[in-house]
Amino acid sequence: MAAHLKKRVYEEYSKVIQIPPEEAPQKKLRLSKPSKSAALHIDLCKASGSTEALQYLLQFARKSVEADSVEGVIRILLEHYYKETDNSVRLKIVSLLGLLSKTKGFSPDCIVDDAINALTTEKSHQVLAQLMDTLLVIGSRLPDNLSVRQRLIEMACKHLADTYFGVRNKCLEVLGHLGTVDSPLSRDGEAHPSLSGLRDVQSVISDYFGDQEPRVRTAAIKAMLQLHERGMKINQIIYEQACRLLSDDYEQVRSAAVQMVWVLSQLYPESIVPIPSSNEEVRLVDDSFGKISHMVNDGSWMVRVQAAKTLGSMLQVSHYFLEQTLDKKLMSDLRRKRTAHERAKELYASGEFSSGRKWADDAPKERLDTNAVNLIASGACGAFVHGLEDEMYEVRIAAVEALSLLAQSSPSFAEKCLDFLVDMFNDEIEEVRLQSIHVLREISTNIILREDQLDTVLGGLGDKSRDIREALHELICYTNVSNKECVQLALLELLKNLNKYPTDRNSVWKCLKFLGSRHPTLVLPLVPELLSTHPYFDTPEPDMDDPAYIAVLVLVFNAAQACPTMSSLFSDHTFRHYTYLRDSLSHLVPALRLAGRGVDLVGSAAGPGSVESAQVFLQDSLNRTNTIHSLEAPGSQDLLDFTIRDLQRLGELQTELAGAADFCATYLRCQLLLMKALQEKFWNMAVPLCLKQNVMATAAARQILEETYKLEFVYSGLESRQVATVHHVRLQARALQLVLTARTRKGLEPLVSSCDKFLQEVDSFQRQFLTELPHFQESFVGKLLELMPRLSSCKTVELIKILQSTLRQSSMLPLTLPQQLHRATATIIEPTGESDNPLKFTTGLVVALDIDATLEHVQDPQSRVKVQVLYPDGQAHVITPKPGDFRKPGPDRHRLITQVYLSHSAWTDPGHVEVSLLLAYSSSTSSKPSWADNTDSLPPPEGAIEGTIPFSKSVKVLIMPKPARR
Amino acid sequence: MPEIKVTPLGAGQDVGRSCILVSIGGKNIMLDCGMHMGFNDDRRFPDFSYITQNGRLTEFLDCVIISHFHLDHCGALPYMSEMVGYDGPIYMTHPTKAICPILLEDFRKITVDKKGETNFFTSQMIKDCMKKVVPLNLHQTVQVDEELEIKAYYAGHVLGAAMVQIKVGSESVVYTGDYNMTPDRHLGAAWIDKCRPDLLISESTYATTIRDSKRCRERDFLKKVHETVERGGKVLIPVFALGRAQELCILLETFWERMNLKAPIYFSTGMTEKANHYYKLFITWTNQKIRKTFVQRNMFEFKHIKPFDRSYADNPGPMVVFATPGMLHAGQSLQIFKKWAGNEKNMVIMPGYCVQGTIGHKILNGQRKLELEGRSTLEVKLQVEYMSFSAHADAKGIMQLIRMAEPRNMLLVHGEAVKMEFLKGKIEQEFSIDCYMPANGETTTVTTNPNVPVDISLNLLKREMSLGGTLPDPKKPRTMHGTLIMKENSLRLVSPEQAMKELGLSEHHLRFTCRVQLQDPHSDADTLHRIYMHLKSVLKGYTTQHLPDSMSVMVESIVVKVSSSTEDPNTKVLLLSWSYQDEELGSFLSTLLKKGLPSVLC
Repeated sequence: MAAHLKKRVYEEYSKVIQIPPEEAPQKKLRLSKPSKSAALHIDLCKASGSTEALQYLLQFARKSVEADSVEGVIRILLEHYYKETDNSVRLKIVSLLGLLSKTKGFSPDCIVDDAINALTTEKSHQVLAQLMDTLLVIGSRLPDNLSVRQRLIEMACKHLADTYFGVRNKCLEVLGHLGTVDSPLSRDGEAHPSLSGLRDVQSVISDYFGDQEPRVRTAAIKAMLQLHERGMKINQIIYEQACRLLSDDYEQVRSAAVQMVWVLSQLYPESIVPIPSSNEEVRLVDDSFGKISHMVNDGSWMVRVQAAKTLGSMLQVSHYFLEQTLDKKLMSDLRRKRTAHERAKELYASGEFSSGRKWADDAPKERLDTNAVNLIASGACGAFVHGLEDEMYEVRIAAVEALSLLAQSSPSFAEKCLDFLVDMFNDEIEEVRLQSIHVLREISTNIILREDQLDTVLGGLGDKSRDIREALHELICYTNVSNKECVQLALLELLKNLNKYPTDRNSVWKCLKFLGSRHPTLVLPLVPELLSTHPYFDTPEPDMDDPAYIAVLVLVFNAAQACPTMSSLFSDHTFRHYTYLRDSLSHLVPALRLAGRGVDLVGSAAGPGSVESAQVFLQDSLNRTNTIHSLEAPGSQDLLDFTIRDLQRLGELQTELAGAADFCATYLRCQLLLMKALQEKFWNMAVPLCLKQNVMATAAARQILEETYKLEFVYSGLESRQVATVHHVRLQARALQLVLTARTRKGLEPLVSSCDKFLQEVDSFQRQFLTELPHFQESFVGKLLELMPRLSSCKTVELIKILQSTLRQSSMLPLTLPQQLHRATATIIEPTGESDNPLKFTTGLVVALDIDATLEHVQDPQSRVKVQVLYPDGQAHVITPKPGDFRKPGPDRHRLITQVYLSHSAWTDPGHVEVSLLLAYSSSTSSKPSWADNTDSLPPPEGAIEGTIPFSKSVKVLIMPKPARR
Repeated sequence: MPEIKVTPLGAGQDVGRSCILVSIGGKNIMLDCGMHMGFNDDRRFPDFSYITQNGRLTEFLDCVIISHFHLDHCGALPYMSEMVGYDGPIYMTHPTKAICPILLEDFRKITVDKKGETNFFTSQMIKDCMKKVVPLNLHQTVQVDEELEIKAYYAGHVLGAAMVQIKVGSESVVYTGDYNMTPDRHLGAAWIDKCRPDLLISESTYATTIRDSKRCRERDFLKKVHETVERGGKVLIPVFALGRAQELCILLETFWERMNLKAPIYFSTGMTEKANHYYKLFITWTNQKIRKTFVQRNMFEFKHIKPFDRSYADNPGPMVVFATPGMLHAGQSLQIFKKWAGNEKNMVIMPGYCVQGTIGHKILNGQRKLELEGRSTLEVKLQVEYMSFSAHADAKGIMQLIRMAEPRNMLLVHGEAVKMEFLKGKIEQEFSIDCYMPANGETTTVTTNPNVPVDISLNLLKREMSLGGTLPDPKKPRTMHGTLIMKENSLRLVSPEQAMKELGLSEHHLRFTCRVQLQDPHSDADTLHRIYMHLKSVLKGYTTQHLPDSMSVMVESIVVKVSSSTEDPNTKVLLLSWSYQDEELGSFLSTLLKKGLPSVLC
């Protein structure tokens, strides 16, 4: 604000300077009122030619004008408008009028008369068009003023007869934005005496559907659409006209017409329209569906995209028409041919797999009647077949999306479009492939894939792109397959994938988990083969570390969960492996009831109810810590220690509660540190003696501060109660720091400002958490706030004393947990850190390092997540990835795929750099903006407003900068 | 009525040897100049003697247009221009101009060097011929002479294939050449604007076929190749050097890239390398994907596809080889086939049609034992697959193009007569336009109904506008008066005054006069007054003036004078006079007055 004011002052000042002192006195008077209008007036008067005036106007347009001086400026502009002879200057003035009318807080009704007046006298068509535009702005600023609106509509109707297309365009736009159904209009009487009379806005606009100028036709349709958007019911009469415009010569008209037809089809889906050249009748929505389908073959790809998109939202269309969109009748030499899809289906039905694919395998069968072959399939025929094969990928994507929407509303259509979607997995553009995989996943809940379809789906698993593979894994998780061969095929392909791209390990395992639990009965007959057991012979025990073997086990165990008989097929080592995996990969391996076997079963204790029991345990632990103040110092410390340990273990065991457990543990650790710091012996010593001893306490204070930032920013799902608690701990830590500093320094002088800031912080805490304050009655802050009036007036020494005593008296605040608490985590998938081959590059040049990481529960990662590269010499570089590098594969999940550039001076040997991810926070959003610039008394990490928290394990990458060759 | 005449010299109800003569608006144009692959005698070239018995063609043809570089569309070009003799311009697109001479040279080598024919065109002739070529850009309007202009549209099919619009005045013809309405891996789909030509000459190779989607074919192809390679087998794909070969290369190249495969792909060297070079250059003629990604990487700079060497065929391990020619009848593809045929792990994929008698045709028909020259037999154990990749529009595609261009007449070429018949029927039924399918040498005449543009003087327009409302309303036609002047090949509509001024004529006025006798006992002046009153009461909407001093009444421009008859003072003679513009009113008045005046006048 201050800066803005400064700028304003400066501007006024500069205005004054512009005026030569020998100006006439009355002009000085005008100048003295602080407005821009005067300066503008002077400028315009000074302007010798039209170009110069235009220059001034352009300059003026760049500045903003405040609401109260708008009217003055407008008066001046109008004055010049009437005087001006040059069209371009008038045009600019009028456009400025429009701009100024948009100013907030200015009511433009005072210029309506002038603008309309100008409209009647204006000769230039361009200026007329601009005037209509300005009137449109004014009209939309005054939505409630009916008389103004009526006048504007009349003006628009009058000028509809203009010969210049721009004026007609604008008039139609005005009608679209302001016209009402209930107010009938009289059309311009002079031009069409026969048509004079009362007509409503719609029929006036629809007259211009047949205008000779394509731009006017477009504007007319747009105006009609605008009417629709404003909630007016469009008359069905125009349907026929709109349909005729679908075959217009100009793409913009066709595009708008598609929208128009769509709107009508949504308004009157059930009304009946006749089919020309026959006596039949169809529902309007079906008719329009057919017509829009036809547009998927349009010559312009923009129209094709529009049409394909529109089809997706016509859900009321009847079944017959919908299925026609996938229809393709093949013929060869006039003989009916089966499509590849049909052939595949038949093969499947006849139980024969993998054909010999003979020459003439697709030999045409029966002869077709020449009359029955319809080449321009009328209506919806094959719209999607064409759309999916379109040259432009935009059209293909639109078609895939439309398919998805339609398939979701009609299961039988979903069944039919399956083949086509599967075909799209082979598209040349990755985006299209990805989109079709996603779509298939969305509709795949109630369909079963045939073997040949599954085969195509699985074919994509070899894809180089990780996104595609992961999308496919996701798809397989949701897919139902028809027989055991399919399961086997899927497993085989997934293992191949695992072999080819070992980094997909987790994703593949997860995929097999779902595959197993979905098809227990199909897995059952495969078990002996999968586990390579033999009825008579013992087979060698497989390697437990082999990811492929684990994958098989995950499949089997998950199937066994729903199929108790399966366990009888397991051999001994399988049970051992089960217990191992149940422990190490508990999220993938379910608890099994393995009755009768010696092994087991402990796993089943952590059955489905375990989450609740863990929850109870967590709550119990917290409650226990709440009783802490009743304990003796060493006892309470021990209790905290144990609780922290328990919670950490709980977090490891129960992933659902990891966030909450971790949060609690960290909070308790802060409390523990605080407690320890306050129980140091040196509090009882004289100040000069404790110079050395308080090192530990200082470190504790610093650590608590760090932890509080973690608590505040790393966890998502915090409520203001928790935030307040965290801030409370932070205040305690600050107070501790103050007290410690006071004890070290000789004088208290440098502390004065810190104290002030501390008080400010307390104050802002009070303001920020006003609603939470009742919970803090007994706490450190509560007590401080009681003493607040005294504190702000007292001296520093006294303040420190009060702080010290309150701090030592204060007890731990009980922690309540919110419903959902998640810790932001990041895992760097790539680089793996396993490579022994150093990245070699020449000194002074850069090398790009690919980074691939998954982030969970990170809000707004684009601005918060950074990559840190730590060189062996201690140099740390923080790199901010581009926003485009983040993808969002699921809720609360992000993928970061980026490149960081490394460079360094020459080394003699390869060395490790450490790459890790940081979560940046900015405490300007927190309660302590005033603390910001205080860096002198505090160590830098706490002092800076912005900080970073490492939230991933760091990965070591071997690099080797070689000296440049001369 | 103006006419457009079309005479196919080749490709009339036939495939091959495309050569179509069009005369439009007094201009003669030759569309394509191809050869027939099936013949080795004179029949392989079009019969140019149809145009002129002896002598050069230059004076009979205004231009020659070549649609694309396939030999059945350009093979006879050097023969026509150099041996028969033609010096006028030859139009073709840039890629066609670049690739065409390579193919012609190759063709010449085979016929002259291998088959030993004489009296054939030489390398020099090809060069000379190419010097006459004028390159075309897409959508560029080229003015051949003052009246004839041509414009090329994208046709898909092969690199540089174009459809051509030929326009003289307001008459126009579109020739499609070969085109493809479905995009493939390296080319886009044909496109034309709504140019509403008088005649659309379209190919109709697949007039009776509707093809399955290309995706199924591609998927099958890739799956077969992938499976074989994974098994460790070798894949042989016999191709012809240009066109489909590039498409398949792109297909495999992207698949290899996508799937991160390592098995080598080879391409037999020679002519194809040169051609690939041109594919790299003419990126703008390819499809969306290649155009958009070429900044990062030109798709035709293959990463996985390497040139083939004879010795590689014996290398162990999986590989994919593209080898020419496409029907396994000779050359490298046959050699490799012989080497690999014995192993059932290997596979041969025939991507196109095979002529009867070739090995390709035999193995496709399931023959497992082949007799080779020298009495040896070859056991075919490898898998044989057939995959059709063809780049012509199918019946639906042709209909789609007609819908895009909206022609007034249709003419089919480049297809078999029986199939054309079917399509012709369909076109006539669906679009209700005339469709022709002339045989070679048969002339089709299409009468056109061209618009005749007339210049109108601005003053006249303005006057008309001031008379009757501002805007022309498309729903209400309006008549206007003017004079049409036809002078020096131009038509102008001007106002009559101006026309007279220009032609140096003086204006003649035509007046009708008429006498009406009236029984009226009053004096002349009174009669006149009574007439005035009467007319005024009858003719409400007109201006009626009473001019007593000249003894006349004026109704608009009609003058009514009264004089007494010399014989009978009660018989008044009325003299009516009107100009021809007011004929209607004048005759009405005369009949009105003949009836006499009503006795009671207010």
